[in-house]
Amino acid sequence: MFGFSRAQSIAFLAMVALIVICPYVLYPVFLMRILCMALFACAFNLMIGYVGLLSFGHAAFFGMGSYIAAWTMKNWQVDAVVAIALGGLTGAALGLVLGYLAIRRSGIYFAMITLALAQMVYFFCLQAPFTGGEDGIQQVPRGTLFGVFDLSNDMTMYWVVAIIFILGFLMVHRIIHSPFGQVLKGIRENEPRAISLGYRTDDYKLIAFVLSCLIAGVAGGTKALVFGIATLTDVHYATSGEVVLMTLLGGLGTVFGPIMGATVVVSMENYLAQFGAWVTVTQGVIFMICVLAFRRGIIGEIGGYLRLAL
Amino acid sequence: MFMIFGIPGPLLFGQLLLGLINGAFYAMLSLGLAVIFGMLNIINFAHGALFMMGAFVSWMLLTYVGIGYFPSLILAPLIVGIFGLLLEKTIISRLYKLDHLYGLLLTFGLALVIEGLFRNAYGSSGMPYRIPSVLQGATNLGFMYMPNYRGWVVLVAVVVCLATWAIIEKTSLGATLRAATENAPLVQAFGVDVPRLITLTYAGGVALAAFAGVLAAPIYSVNPNMGTNFINTVFAVVVIGGMGSIMGSIVTGFALGVIEGLTKVFYPQASATVVFLVMVIVLLTRPRGLFGKAA
Repeated sequence: MFGFSRAQSIAFLAMVALIVICPYVLYPVFLMRILCMALFACAFNLMIGYVGLLSFGHAAFFGMGSYIAAWTMKNWQVDAVVAIALGGLTGAALGLVLGYLAIRRSGIYFAMITLALAQMVYFFCLQAPFTGGEDGIQQVPRGTLFGVFDLSNDMTMYWVVAIIFILGFLMVHRIIHSPFGQVLKGIRENEPRAISLGYRTDDYKLIAFVLSCLIAGVAGGTKALVFGIATLTDVHYATSGEVVLMTLLGGLGTVFGPIMGATVVVSMENYLAQFGAWVTVTQGVIFMICVLAFRRGIIGEIGGYLRLAL
Repeated sequence: MFMIFGIPGPLLFGQLLLGLINGAFYAMLSLGLAVIFGMLNIINFAHGALFMMGAFVSWMLLTYVGIGYFPSLILAPLIVGIFGLLLEKTIISRLYKLDHLYGLLLTFGLALVIEGLFRNAYGSSGMPYRIPSVLQGATNLGFMYMPNYRGWVVLVAVVVCLATWAIIEKTSLGATLRAATENAPLVQAFGVDVPRLITLTYAGGVALAAFAGVLAAPIYSVNPNMGTNFINTVFAVVVIGGMGSIMGSIVTGFALGVIEGLTKVFYPQASATVVFLVMVIVLLTRPRGLFGKAA
């Protein structure tokens, strides 16, 4: 199924079961935040895990998706699915432009360029009139889905977010296991060889980047509807750092790692929120521990222990 | 009042001076990044945090110990440099065999920790740091009034940048350093203690950032975010200049500061983004950077 191994199928079914059960036990809005960030992390993982490029500016696509979804929802009262789709398309369009520039360099430079370009997007959002500057776009209505389902109900919204998440997750998985994804992995392992085999590696990298940004935009748009707000935080580089942390903690290049990482990081932020800047310190410490002692991440370690690719 | 391109002269020169000052910080920070990258193959994401630490250490020296600005110019870089030395010895040196990206991730985490700790202790509103009395006041240059401290910052920054350049390009220590950058195992075979050289390079780059922090303390309020505000722009500067040449880093840093200052005069809305726009143009025309070597 979708190129899942047996173990991955079991893990996937377990994840779906958890998604179905959890809203009856835990606060749905909290779970929706996890799902949005997990989708964002899956999008980021597509780049770092399978193309080997570390984008340090993914907040730009997440945040722009968030702004556009919130703006269209508030000003045009479009259907929720239209707002989220527009958010995704905005992420993809921005990804096409910024990606075209960034893929000219690789490695550390790619990270610095994406960071700098995202910073440019941040300053643009700070000044552009439609974003509401420091206030952001507030009190965005959730609207309805297909004109039928009223999303102001948390549980209805939850199921929509869950479906978007699962579709996005499966899309990433499908991309990775397609012939296209195999070429991406080939580029990651040995780019000169891929070029000598006749692949236009820059095109492949750019397409992967745009797909990743599309999903990041969808995640941002969904997040904007869930919380009814789109702010500068969404485009800030700290959000880029957060998605790096989630993916690193869960396991770079693992299928379920980003989801595990997002769950841990969002939960941690939730419980540590009252301690102010200690959230930042804790995140920094986790970063350092992950890099120094724990490079495979949670899922990578579990997978290594069980000798399975999760 | 005389006009240049329809802009009042004092305004133009005032912004040029501000641009030069920002440029001085870009130059000192990107210089340190380039030197560290050359030896360690690590992009020191904590550079901004260590710059902030330099400013904070000088503020602490003044507030708690009563040590003034001029001793701080030596002491604060020394203290932060020793901190950097310990960091390199205990943590960063474990990463040299790994992919370069891990160095970036580790130092990013380090920056979060340092900034978070300072924010916990001092909040984010910022502390004023008085300009030392010798450097207060302004001088009439004929075409504009220049605040003495700002002139001092530009002067000192130029001297420090040139001194760093001279050490690396003109001394035997610098020659060893450059050789180790090119081929570390070979230099080690000649009996040079390369790991120690690496440690000292990191400490030196960090001390340079802290020195810039002390210079910045009286201009910007001393606050935990002051490094982050700079470092993102400095990364763009590094991409524009390419990290291949020391002089390249210095020239690019100052030039971009001036461009930013001029943009503030002619089209203020773009002043925050102009450095990034220059980066885009450079990426389109010379992807390796203005002074970058072939990959």
